Amino acid sequence: MSETIKRPKRKNPILKTRAPTLPPDRRSRIALGLVRGAALGNLELQCCAACGAVQYPPREACVRCLSAELEWTVMSGRGELVSETTLHHSQELFFRERMPWRLGLVRLAEGVSLVVHLDARCGPAPSPVIVEAVLDRAGQAALVAKPDGGNTALADEPKLRNFTSDPRFRKVLVTDAKSAVGQAVVKAVLEAGADLVWAGHCEPWKNPPGWPAIAELPKVTLVPLDVTDTKSVNELAAELGFKVDIVINTSEHHRTFGIFGRAGVETARAEMETNCFGLLRLAQAFGPVMQSRGADGETSAVAWVNLLSIYALSNFPQHATYSASMAAALSVAQALRAEMRVAGIRVINIFPGPIDDEWNQLLLPPKLAPSAVARAIVGALKGSVEDVYPGDIAQDWLARFRDNPKALERELGR
Amino acid sequence: MKPHDPAPGPEILAGFTAALATGAIRIIDLTQTLGPDFPSIVMPPEIGQSRAFRMEEISRYDERGGAWYWNNLSFGEHTGTHFDAPIHWVSGRDLPNSSTDTIPVADFIAPAVVIDCSKESAQDADFLLTPDFIKAWEAVHGKIPPRCWVLMRTDWSKKTDPAAYQNFDDVGQHTPGPDPDAVRFLLNERDVLGFGTETIGTDAGQAAHFLPPYPCHYYMHGAGRYGLQCLTNLDLLPPTGSSLIAPPLKIQQGSGSPLRVLALVPSNHAGAPRS
Repeated sequence: MSETIKRPKRKNPILKTRAPTLPPDRRSRIALGLVRGAALGNLELQCCAACGAVQYPPREACVRCLSAELEWTVMSGRGELVSETTLHHSQELFFRERMPWRLGLVRLAEGVSLVVHLDARCGPAPSPVIVEAVLDRAGQAALVAKPDGGNTALADEPKLRNFTSDPRFRKVLVTDAKSAVGQAVVKAVLEAGADLVWAGHCEPWKNPPGWPAIAELPKVTLVPLDVTDTKSVNELAAELGFKVDIVINTSEHHRTFGIFGRAGVETARAEMETNCFGLLRLAQAFGPVMQSRGADGETSAVAWVNLLSIYALSNFPQHATYSASMAAALSVAQALRAEMRVAGIRVINIFPGPIDDEWNQLLLPPKLAPSAVARAIVGALKGSVEDVYPGDIAQDWLARFRDNPKALERELGR
Repeated sequence: MKPHDPAPGPEILAGFTAALATGAIRIIDLTQTLGPDFPSIVMPPEIGQSRAFRMEEISRYDERGGAWYWNNLSFGEHTGTHFDAPIHWVSGRDLPNSSTDTIPVADFIAPAVVIDCSKESAQDADFLLTPDFIKAWEAVHGKIPPRCWVLMRTDWSKKTDPAAYQNFDDVGQHTPGPDPDAVRFLLNERDVLGFGTETIGTDAGQAAHFLPPYPCHYYMHGAGRYGLQCLTNLDLLPPTGSSLIAPPLKIQQGSGSPLRVLALVPSNHAGAPRS
């Protein structure tokens, strides 16, 4: 872990907690093309299908040949810092609070010039840089130039850290810390420098493998939390919601039935109860108080992570009702993202393929290890993305879904 | 009262209500509070699950409903302190009047005896009630009368830690209950009305491994008799002389129901000064 970021002092309680401000976030529909890639961590720019020109900023037509056939294409990110400047004044509240702010002009290898947020670690122009598309606190795409080589973690740069949800020094609630994924997440966020983890657990009479060791970890506090029980969720939120900086919702109910495999709706209802309504309960209990702390100093409330499933995109009929519950959860998560955005709090959705657990026993590899899911979650927090598709299966399904959702529906139904 | 006695007059209930009013008859609540924190039955995760008790507010004097507070509830029939009807078990499936809506209401008020197994259960979580244990109890307290509830006191209800109450290890649950011979004895030799426990089932925690599996459910319900579980305050009852009021909800074709179980106890019973 880098020593560049020091532990912030405790807040001065006689001073008013700042209200969250957002960077300017109005974008045209065309400009919103950038966010499609940035949500996944990709730098995509418009490339003209007729003449091959790459252009920035996004426009309705090609600046060179006026063709309207523009395709969003992943860029290398490699470029050269051509010039730089430091902003000392802005009418935008968000930047006023963060002056001075460094900006640069980068000539990308693909031949286009970009205005970027400039990493303090970049050498003076001209110097080689890597440009990334990131998400700002408003959830909009922003371009950042980092040095080419060396430690370039965004979270280690004092200003650009603002684009991340770095768990360092933050307090994290893991809603179900008992599951294999939950246990892995607890370990991973502690390794990433979290101040403490509240490890949610329900049904205290169940003692699955690995759980006693989690309870013994330093910086872990066990808290009773059953997301199917409104009283339990509300009680925990009342106790410590005002201290939670990051929620990682690992609560999941997964059964493996098609529509005809399990008579009645009770199994489907249990899946909905945890996967969809559980998220809704958590959102109602923890969301508003987290919103109020969106600018609470260096360790403000910053992110909300939902463990969803790749089956949320398109139903996997062998696990039909689970897929349905995850699609519903995705919909709730989208609404939550819109609500939390006003406070600069990022909602990150994780869409893993099959996890290597007891419910996916009969699926062939590749399957994701719980530790891989945890790594993806921590990676998303340390970086600047909001949708994560960890592993080969998720990547493959995403590609097929984006290419032809109807084809994927047919393929999954075979 | 014998069947050929002349029909009783209105005074028969006056004596009863007067005894309630003076405290000559005490009412003891044998019911656990029905809430989300009370342990619910654990089944293997791949099979059908009983819903735990859940309560969602409809409104609380707020914009969801002006001046009133109320809740929507959801739970399995076998949640909290609850009644098992004969139709609950496959052995009772074809019996007449075997569901909560058809059981004769006279069965809902009946005398009870309490067999104290608390010392044995404290020493051995897998303690099993045997015919010999019952006969030893009878040697002191007299023969169990017919059509009577038999309540197995274990003091298990005093375990307020849910993990201790459920008492699972990696081979399952360890809670006391009757052995198969005891259930057969109570039915065949004593014609009991039903069997009641403080634990989460009328059968022992390891009863899945008995022959037959879950003998109390199998035999009791096969004989058209009932179960009560998750009872509390059995330590406040005398070994004999109390009566239970235990009517389940009138659920259509119900296999059971949470219920309020009240015990009527004469104040001058033998064990009265106990606490």
